[in-house]
Amino acid sequence: MADLTANLAGIISPNPFWLASAPPTNSGYQVMKAFDAGWGGAVWKTLGVPVINVSSRYGAVNYRDSRIMGFNNIELITDRPLTDNLKEIEEVKKYFPDHSVIASLMVQTKEEWHQIIKDVENAGADGIELNFGCPHGMCERGMGSAVGQEPAVLQTITEWAKEAATVPVIVKLTPNITDITEPARAAAAGGADAISLINTIQSIVNVDLDTFAPNPQVDGKSTHGGYCGPAVKPIALNMVKSCAQDENVGIPISGIGGIESWRDATEHMLLGASNVQVCTAAMHYGFGIVREMISGLEQYMDDKGFNKLDDLIGKSVPKVESWEHLNLNYKVIAEIDEKKCIGCQLCYIACEDGAHQAISLSKIEGVRVPQIIDENCVGCNLCSLVCPVEDCITMVESKNNKGHESWSDYMDSGKAPENFDDDRAGGKNHWVPKPSDALKDKKESR
Amino acid sequence: MPTTPKEFTENFEQLKPLMDANMAYYESSRCLFCYDAPCIKACPTSIDIPLFIKQINTENLTGAAKTIYSSNFFGHTCGKVCPTEVLCEGACVYNEQGVKPIEIGRLQSHATTAAIKNSKQLFKKSESNNHKVAVVGAGPSGLSCACELSLLGYEVDIFETNSKPGGLALNGTAPYKITNDEVIEEIDYLQDQFGFNVVYNKRIDTSREFKNLEEKYDAIFLGIGLGKTNIPSTEGTDLENCIGATEFIEDFKMNPLQVKVGKKVVVIGGGNTAMDAASECARIGADVTLIYRRSKEEMGAYEFEYDLIKSVGAKAIFNANLKEIRGGFLVEELLCIRTQSKNGKLEELENSEFSVPCDFLILATGQEKQTDILEIPLLEYDSKGRIKIDSKTMQCSNGKYFAGGDAVNGGAEVVNACAEGKQAAQGIDSFLKNKEI
Repeated sequence: MADLTANLAGIISPNPFWLASAPPTNSGYQVMKAFDAGWGGAVWKTLGVPVINVSSRYGAVNYRDSRIMGFNNIELITDRPLTDNLKEIEEVKKYFPDHSVIASLMVQTKEEWHQIIKDVENAGADGIELNFGCPHGMCERGMGSAVGQEPAVLQTITEWAKEAATVPVIVKLTPNITDITEPARAAAAGGADAISLINTIQSIVNVDLDTFAPNPQVDGKSTHGGYCGPAVKPIALNMVKSCAQDENVGIPISGIGGIESWRDATEHMLLGASNVQVCTAAMHYGFGIVREMISGLEQYMDDKGFNKLDDLIGKSVPKVESWEHLNLNYKVIAEIDEKKCIGCQLCYIACEDGAHQAISLSKIEGVRVPQIIDENCVGCNLCSLVCPVEDCITMVESKNNKGHESWSDYMDSGKAPENFDDDRAGGKNHWVPKPSDALKDKKESR
Repeated sequence: MPTTPKEFTENFEQLKPLMDANMAYYESSRCLFCYDAPCIKACPTSIDIPLFIKQINTENLTGAAKTIYSSNFFGHTCGKVCPTEVLCEGACVYNEQGVKPIEIGRLQSHATTAAIKNSKQLFKKSESNNHKVAVVGAGPSGLSCACELSLLGYEVDIFETNSKPGGLALNGTAPYKITNDEVIEEIDYLQDQFGFNVVYNKRIDTSREFKNLEEKYDAIFLGIGLGKTNIPSTEGTDLENCIGATEFIEDFKMNPLQVKVGKKVVVIGGGNTAMDAASECARIGADVTLIYRRSKEEMGAYEFEYDLIKSVGAKAIFNANLKEIRGGFLVEELLCIRTQSKNGKLEELENSEFSVPCDFLILATGQEKQTDILEIPLLEYDSKGRIKIDSKTMQCSNGKYFAGGDAVNGGAEVVNACAEGKQAAQGIDSFLKNKEI
């Protein structure tokens, strides 16, 4: 059986699944319950300056019958007394010495940082996470994402924290920035032991069409919130990858963003995260959801022959290149499995209206299986993505002997196409129907 | 045997009960929004099903109802009584995947219920064009024709033999498929919206009456349906406990608590009407035996209708002919004989007689055509007694007349009658417009 022991910058936990700093880690009661359910670590709900919270606080994006595809909140850091939190951290560590308890912190002055770090270390915290990510409520007071968006400030505060800390310091980054590697480098330069990302994305989840106020509403008004949940995973994965690939970052990553299953967690780790943090899934399904994550990851590692997490962490990092290095001679063509096709013809209309007119319908009455027009198929994947049947449309490699040539190769050798007459220009030999063909059926019926 | 309305309701629970908003939301979420959707093609009225399902899913219930009613004025009734298993739902691509098809009928009724209950005015009538059309028969085809004509600006008068509208949609549908109230509410809703007139208790069949209509109206639509059960010549069919299936179903639908059947009911026939009669008797506690002269596979009834009678405990005897009805004042026993099909012909097997105890006999042996009693000059019928029409315009051989529904198709579903009535209205419209030019 694979060993799930995780190590983030020296913080060892029984598995890589941590609860992120958020409502599920608001109290010792919850963290204790979570550890008992199987979570390997927990980042305590941010301790720091006094706050007052509003009612209501959360909004969600549903996709058809699926609840909470995306989730946002306008809640602030903990509103419980610091002394209560410290007492509870101490108690949790007594019951679960091998589990990781990380204190998320957010204060303002150097003295406050030094004091609170001392406090949480005394309570037994295994690490410290600097909350430079919160994009609402706190940033207006010069904290949270206001820090994460200013690399120089971020670096300075990280240095303050490192002056006082004896346990590892993790810097939590905000995605509300153009280039995530800038604050990540600043964190590394400031001496951070690890970074965690992403915090939530500034968002408005929806607008109530009757009251005209967005959700969540507070007395008829709303404010932007922080977006998270399954919908943000792609954004998180890209940022995790960017940090993992950047030599000037070079410190371990705790992956956060849209993790609901072992698959999501594994993807984060393949792209360079040493462990992962989860919030929305626990808020949606409760702490028990971790059982699926642990079992899935174990099974995957056993199937792949990975003994420890290091065998898979970062394995996908070299598989991501910048576009200019992709092989322009590689070609795939869609193939429809007639036996599996249920005849919904979604692939046809998607290709017809949304792509390259590379799928035709049968002229035989009653035959609903569409056909691929190989010459027109650019291998875009759209048909296979809209197909509701698993493995019905596959993208098959169309072999050629041209070898590997990328845009960068062309640029280096001065062979990049300079006008549209170049045979390599994608659209040149691609058949496109006449504009008036779009109205052909109408004319015939007139 | 149910004796109170409550017991009756329990035994006759709706097969396709109305959905609540939550169910409709989840079910509508499953629709794939197929291109050139097979469900639309399978619907005789070509309702844009994927569109109305999407509209339900985005909480645009009024829009969904409008999509439905634009194609079929009996959207609610059809959602409940259509054999969706062999129409839209049978064509759903999910069937190809072994996944339960979308419950289109129930979703349809969900949207129409909201429109009916809230009296939503969905259509804007065209200005009056000063043409008048008479419609004979307030069944699904006549009412559909009247709605479409009203929409196009015609003044429409409907003449109905009975005291209530609906035709077979009301008195020919099984109570577990739709309630009388639902049918009437939908018709009231249509009448409120379209404003056609209905003259009840007015049977039109003599040449004088038709001549009268011809003088007063620019065109006449015949939506007269079929007649009484075609009773076979076997002796004993006149006994008191022997009844035609159409008559039984109507009696039962209109006065469910008054109708008494025996303990041992036999239904003769293999069509959907036979299945309805058998199912209804079984639901009021009788032992029901269905007797059909050919094999199970040759039955005209849909497979799901036969499954339904089995599910309520009815038995069936196939390949048996009714030879003799035995009894004194009442039917007491039936003498039957085994049959077999040979080269497509049915023959009785010698010495294979057997008796079946029976204290209530229902004959589901088809309905008479009532076309031969119409005194309309130049009106032609086909060899089966159906009114001959132009399949595009629904115009009869006598050009002033148009027709649709069972009198034309020989007996089909409510949805077919709706499609034909609407089609005839368009035929009438283009006929009268061309005449003006």
